[in-house]
Amino acid sequence: MTEIIEVEHFQKVFKTRTGFYTAVRDVSFSVRKGELFGFLGPNGAGKTTTISILCTLLRPTQGRATLNGFDILKNPHAVRQSIGLVFQEPSLDERLTARENLEFHALLYNIPRALRRERIQKMLAMMELEMRQHELVRHFSGGMKRRLEIARGLLHHPKVLFLDEPTLGLDPQTRSYIWNYIQELKREEEITLFLTTHHMDEAENCDRIAVIDHGQIIALDTPDGLKKRIGGDVIYLTTLDPKAAKDEITHRYRVQVHEDPPGIYFEMANGAEFIPGFIREAGFKITSISVRRPTLEDVFLKLTGRNLREELSDSLNLMKIHARKKIR
Amino acid sequence: MTVLVEMGSPLQRNLVGIYTIWLREVRKFWRDKSRIIGATVQPALFLLLLGTGIGRGIPQAFQVDHGQQEFLPGVKDYLTFIYPGIIAMTILFTAVFSAISIIWDREIGFLKEVMVAPISRWAVAIGKTLGGSTVAMLQGCLMLVFAPIIGVKLTVFTILTLLPLLLYISFSLTAMGIAAAARMRSMQGFTVIMNFLTLPMFFLSGAMFPVGGLPPWMDILVRINPLTYGVDILRAVVIGYNDYPLAFDLYVIGFFGLLMLGLAVLAFSERE
Repeated sequence: MTEIIEVEHFQKVFKTRTGFYTAVRDVSFSVRKGELFGFLGPNGAGKTTTISILCTLLRPTQGRATLNGFDILKNPHAVRQSIGLVFQEPSLDERLTARENLEFHALLYNIPRALRRERIQKMLAMMELEMRQHELVRHFSGGMKRRLEIARGLLHHPKVLFLDEPTLGLDPQTRSYIWNYIQELKREEEITLFLTTHHMDEAENCDRIAVIDHGQIIALDTPDGLKKRIGGDVIYLTTLDPKAAKDEITHRYRVQVHEDPPGIYFEMANGAEFIPGFIREAGFKITSISVRRPTLEDVFLKLTGRNLREELSDSLNLMKIHARKKIR
Repeated sequence: MTVLVEMGSPLQRNLVGIYTIWLREVRKFWRDKSRIIGATVQPALFLLLLGTGIGRGIPQAFQVDHGQQEFLPGVKDYLTFIYPGIIAMTILFTAVFSAISIIWDREIGFLKEVMVAPISRWAVAIGKTLGGSTVAMLQGCLMLVFAPIIGVKLTVFTILTLLPLLLYISFSLTAMGIAAAARMRSMQGFTVIMNFLTLPMFFLSGAMFPVGGLPPWMDILVRINPLTYGVDILRAVVIGYNDYPLAFDLYVIGFFGLLMLGLAVLAFSERE
């Protein structure tokens, strides 16, 4: 068995005060054993809902799935024993110590007494929390809490570890720490990692990525495979007359030209070799030009026509989402 | 690498789960000394200040031999009369208060950790209820230290009878709190609803006044109040006075507890 998760036609409709809201439209995919699988998409795309269904926290309105060979609807307990979870929002008991949180988890997952100590010790060591294990979680920093949650999620040797936005709300340095731990995990434990993120650079680390938007998977491939969907390199240029430049390029090279003020850009195979001839032939004045390898950002833009970065840097929006979560 | 999937029978893992959830409640109670003190002082004030104050204004209606007077037959004075009622109040408030932990757990996200664990939802409900009832029982036991001050003699046998009885009543009341809390999302909402419920329950339980000769409308309310029977049986054991048959008391409390536990399990089992 190489597929550890198989999802067929997930659909999830929530009843809201004003009617119905479809969070997941039609999602099918499978995750291979041992891979680092990523869900990439903006907030509200249906990432967390899909994960919650897989974790048996929610029921799908339609569709079926197996995880580690167990049906999520018929055998939820076996599914739960097979998975570890690191939630988007903290889920630790802050009034207990780090160690007590782990002990609680070990008991809930019925880890035999003989193994319990050893396993807790190992996870504390791996996440570098040994020194603080007897402190109340209340006094921990955001990064330490997240590490403790990862340690807890791994305690019972899950087959799949779900990480829902594992670096949300952490500073860049802590983010890179967490990523080091995740990479180390992949090397040391025989485990499948399933994470959601809206950070393009984080998605780059995945073996395969499912790009999800409006409750649907719009692409599923390796990061390189996704980038190949962009026709080569991205050429970005600024000019005094973007309108004319846009028309000319569209006609001459038969490519789609996008605007990204102050300039425009388009895709072209072998960009570096293309530029000299392009500049010679151009009937408009180029003030600057650059060529770069495509990023997942470009892929997302191409697939959805929207800029993920812009959508997310809208910090006011993010604050609203957080406020809403708190109130609830 | 060890494979830990499918360990133990479902029943065994659920029992361990119940124990784990119970342990967390008790451990947190024990750690929170200010809560223990607060929950002891409040009923102590009720008992000593209110009891003494009101007791002075209430006639000792029953003549006993040698010219001595009693509050009720076999009940020395008002303070003695309300003592078991105050114990019942203590466990009522503690039981309901401990149910708040569910809403708190939901708020801090911890409930999810429990909900995705490979144990049944009924085990979560029972674990929470047992945890809360143990805490309420312990808090009720603390009230026993006031017995000598009031002049109530407690024998070892009385105390040994009281422990399971306190747990029995606590279980019933905690189940009620859990059943309500499991459906609520906000702490404030729960507090308001519970005040609406617990205060009338307490006032109409016969904890503060004898239930004989009440106006009919009040008599009905007292009779349908499950706490009435808890107060009654506690009074029987502690000071030897009761209005209802003890077996009936036990049936009512048990039936109410099971009903509430059923509702609590149901509330936990719903999955969206």
